[in-house]
Amino acid sequence: MGISLMFGSRRVDRSLPQKIKTLNWLMVLVLIAIISIGVAMLYSVAGGNFDPWATRQMVRFALGMVIMIGIALTDLRFWMSMALPIYGIVLLMLVAVEFFGATGMGGARWLDLGVMRIQPSELMKVALVVALAANFHSLTQHRAVQMKSLLVPIILMALPAYLVLRQPDLGTTLMIIAGGITMLFLAGTRAWLFWTGGAAAIGAIPIVWNFMMDYQKDRVMVFLNPESDPLGAGYQIMQSKIALGSGGLFGKGFMQGTQSHLNFLPEMKTDFIFTVLTEEMGLVGGLVLLGLYLILISYGIWVSLTCRSEFGRLLSMGISVMLFFYVFVNVAMVMGLMPVVGAPLPLVSYGGSALLTVMVGFGFVLSVALHRDLNIPRNDPFG
Amino acid sequence: MEREGERYRRYTRRALLVAGAQGVLTAVVLGRMYYLGVLQADDYALLAEENRVSLRLLTPTRGEILDRKGKKLATNRKDYRVFLIPEQAIDVVDTLQSLGRIISISERDVERLQRRISRQRSFFPVTVAQNLSWKEFARINVESSSLPGIQPDAGETRFYPEATRVSHILGYVGVVAEEEMSDDPVLQIPGFRIGKSGVERQFDLRLRGTAGDSRVEVNAFGRVIREIARQEGVPGDDVVLTLDLEMQQYVMQRLGEDSAAVVVLDAQNGDILVSASSPSFDINSLNMGISQENWQALLDDPRNPIMNKCVQGQYPPGSTFKMVVALAALEAGVWEKNKRVFCNGKYDLGDRTFHCWKKEGHGRLDLINAISQSCDIYFYKLAQAVGIDLISEMARKLGFGRAYDIGIGVGREGLVPSRAWKLATQGSPWQVGETLIVGIGQGALLATPLQLAIMTARLATGRVIEPRLIHAIGGEIQPQLVAPLLDINHRNLLPVLKGMEKVLEEGGTAYASRLRGEGFSMAGKTGTSQVRAITLEEREAGTQNLPERPWKERDHALFVAYGPREHPRYSISVIVEHGGGGSSVAGPIIHDIMQTLLELDPASDLPVVRQRRAQISNPRSGGK
Repeated sequence: MGISLMFGSRRVDRSLPQKIKTLNWLMVLVLIAIISIGVAMLYSVAGGNFDPWATRQMVRFALGMVIMIGIALTDLRFWMSMALPIYGIVLLMLVAVEFFGATGMGGARWLDLGVMRIQPSELMKVALVVALAANFHSLTQHRAVQMKSLLVPIILMALPAYLVLRQPDLGTTLMIIAGGITMLFLAGTRAWLFWTGGAAAIGAIPIVWNFMMDYQKDRVMVFLNPESDPLGAGYQIMQSKIALGSGGLFGKGFMQGTQSHLNFLPEMKTDFIFTVLTEEMGLVGGLVLLGLYLILISYGIWVSLTCRSEFGRLLSMGISVMLFFYVFVNVAMVMGLMPVVGAPLPLVSYGGSALLTVMVGFGFVLSVALHRDLNIPRNDPFG
Repeated sequence: MEREGERYRRYTRRALLVAGAQGVLTAVVLGRMYYLGVLQADDYALLAEENRVSLRLLTPTRGEILDRKGKKLATNRKDYRVFLIPEQAIDVVDTLQSLGRIISISERDVERLQRRISRQRSFFPVTVAQNLSWKEFARINVESSSLPGIQPDAGETRFYPEATRVSHILGYVGVVAEEEMSDDPVLQIPGFRIGKSGVERQFDLRLRGTAGDSRVEVNAFGRVIREIARQEGVPGDDVVLTLDLEMQQYVMQRLGEDSAAVVVLDAQNGDILVSASSPSFDINSLNMGISQENWQALLDDPRNPIMNKCVQGQYPPGSTFKMVVALAALEAGVWEKNKRVFCNGKYDLGDRTFHCWKKEGHGRLDLINAISQSCDIYFYKLAQAVGIDLISEMARKLGFGRAYDIGIGVGREGLVPSRAWKLATQGSPWQVGETLIVGIGQGALLATPLQLAIMTARLATGRVIEPRLIHAIGGEIQPQLVAPLLDINHRNLLPVLKGMEKVLEEGGTAYASRLRGEGFSMAGKTGTSQVRAITLEEREAGTQNLPERPWKERDHALFVAYGPREHPRYSISVIVEHGGGGSSVAGPIIHDIMQTLLELDPASDLPVVRQRRAQISNPRSGGK
């Protein structure tokens, strides 16, 4: 019981009112702050209207909040037992996209569920984290570092990665793979594998290049030299940088962004919403939003480090890393640090899938936080 | 449990490593934000401003060209047109096809525009159509949101109310050619027109004005959201000509379809009141775009409508030159005005025979009658006595052999031959026979109608009259010099002028063209100049001007005149190309012009004129 001593008294098997009381409401407030910034920007982008985007985003957030708290209050052991079914359902949805997917933005990514259109590839980011966490939890320390134990996690990663790549959505594919590999690293896979794997990945670049669509190649080329084509593919990133820079320290004022309101910015309500924020609210506005995200991410890390079960640790950390990837890829993209890959800024960008993914994910983090002292037996969900 | 502890420690190590990596990436993002939003903020603010604000040049109103009484010769009118900015069009052909549902655009137009677009930068607008009706223009404006890249524009275009009456003086305007580009920003305005000939070209810089600019906020598609600031352009200066539109119109109408030229000067100050070159052409059509066929037809017309015959046409002056020869002889002191010569129709010099136009001869006559009856024999002998060099000296004094810059581009010099000229150009010495020919205004001698009018004015006033076409530019009256006296013995002018008066009296060559009525009078000289040598048979048969002869070979009919005799107000020269005899063809024309001039003369106080004015202002009483 050495570990239990490290965490002090054990707080397991709380009643529902106790759970509700213990739930970290501060994080809920942080989420509300983030969504408020997003709604304000959607209001601005719509030229000072709640319609068509801001209102719908708020409704989605309310729905997401109910789901998140529901997940948070549910026993972590239940989620452990549900890891594989959840993964299976999302994988089936990805297969369904292959056959019934709605097309848009250069690929078939959406699945129409009647009430809402959803991108299973986003949900897979969470589902994969849950499945990998459950998988590694079930392994002993000895087995977890064995090479043969990598087979199942790699299959778990490869299936969705392949399906998402076929949509085609290179950005999400890379994020799924990056998330999965981080999970392997956290779970204790031998370090030399990552160094050789990294070298192999660099060697594989020419092969990946051949698989890429022309527009993706364009984006990479333009990323490497954005000024080469200021009116073509480099246009978006040029205009985004102009908007970010012209905002200065305190911005041009709410609803006063010229780059956004005069349509120089592309995809304002989705991928480039961070640009709109920084143009109108300045560097300070951007820092406030990034600070809020960092609170969520740090909380996930802290929960992970203070969690008793391997499942909870990996789950919380995995979700935290996923959130970090989301934010980093989007922000780096709009600043010209990465090629334009079409990644939303979760909660702030207009769109339900990323919002739902992050809120479901954060529901798991909160659940881990509530159940961090829980001892979960190592019964193998895969065996 | 030891294992679990070790597992937890490794997990913590790796989690912190991941968190550390995230920290590094976060630092990169924050550094980038600092770079963009603080270090480079000013540069990007400028770029955002450049995005947002577009500077559009405003076409200044072109100055008007007016006649001496303020009547408009060249003005501006509204022009509805459509530009295409290729870079803003998603698909140029698509856009043009959509536009084609509103206005007619042919396949050829599309091809022409595509060629044009491929040659210039894509943000540079091309003119798709102009001179649209208000209805078409309004529809394009309404549907402009579905026509990306199409920019309707209400501009101004040059308009000449008297399109064909003053063509050669005004010239015309056209789009700026590559070689005409200068650093004047005005020239970059799409569809901007500059003067291509005539007054429009000579005074283009004054007429043009200064471009204004409008700073507008545009969105990413180039659509104007609002105007931020506007600096109106400065309109061009008006140019006032000395022309009298009313007289110009009258003369052009009088000339009809003849290939002819008329210059009317104010004999006292050289103001060009009429400069008519016929046939003419429609300068509005040149501005609006003339078809290749029509342009070619103008070029191919044997009567040469494009040419301004008043200053570019060079003709042998014929007998209208005889005053010059007479004055030269009197000045030289080699001839008495009363000296009589017998004309039997022929004059033999060496082995050549020179003929008088009157086959049977004039008999014995003096200088005055030699002028009034235009006796060639008299002037052969006169010219022989004075010699070519004194004749050409006098010709130059009276205004020949020199190009005049009246403000429509330099005209032609004509040609005043002399010994030196012949030696220099042909390398052979001057022959006396040539002097005789020049004595009757033929041979190498060439003059423009403007020069003939100047000569007449100088003779009539005894002053060095210089022509003047530009009266005022931008309100500044152009200098009007007091003409100095001719450097001659003015007593010698009297017999010459007397001869010119007798031309329009009984026995004179133009008696039929005399003015009737109290106070109406003029003096002048007819001229018939040969285009080619007359053969002996033609001379015998008298057929050189019959209609059967090809038009191009017929004689030019000339007439110069001033009037009234006592106080010369006007000097006129008329030439009808290949018109035939001066007295029969040019005479009636000059009669009508002088008659009208004197009737309309505001300074005239003649009873006849007063009566006529009363009729015009009160038609009811005038009806009786």
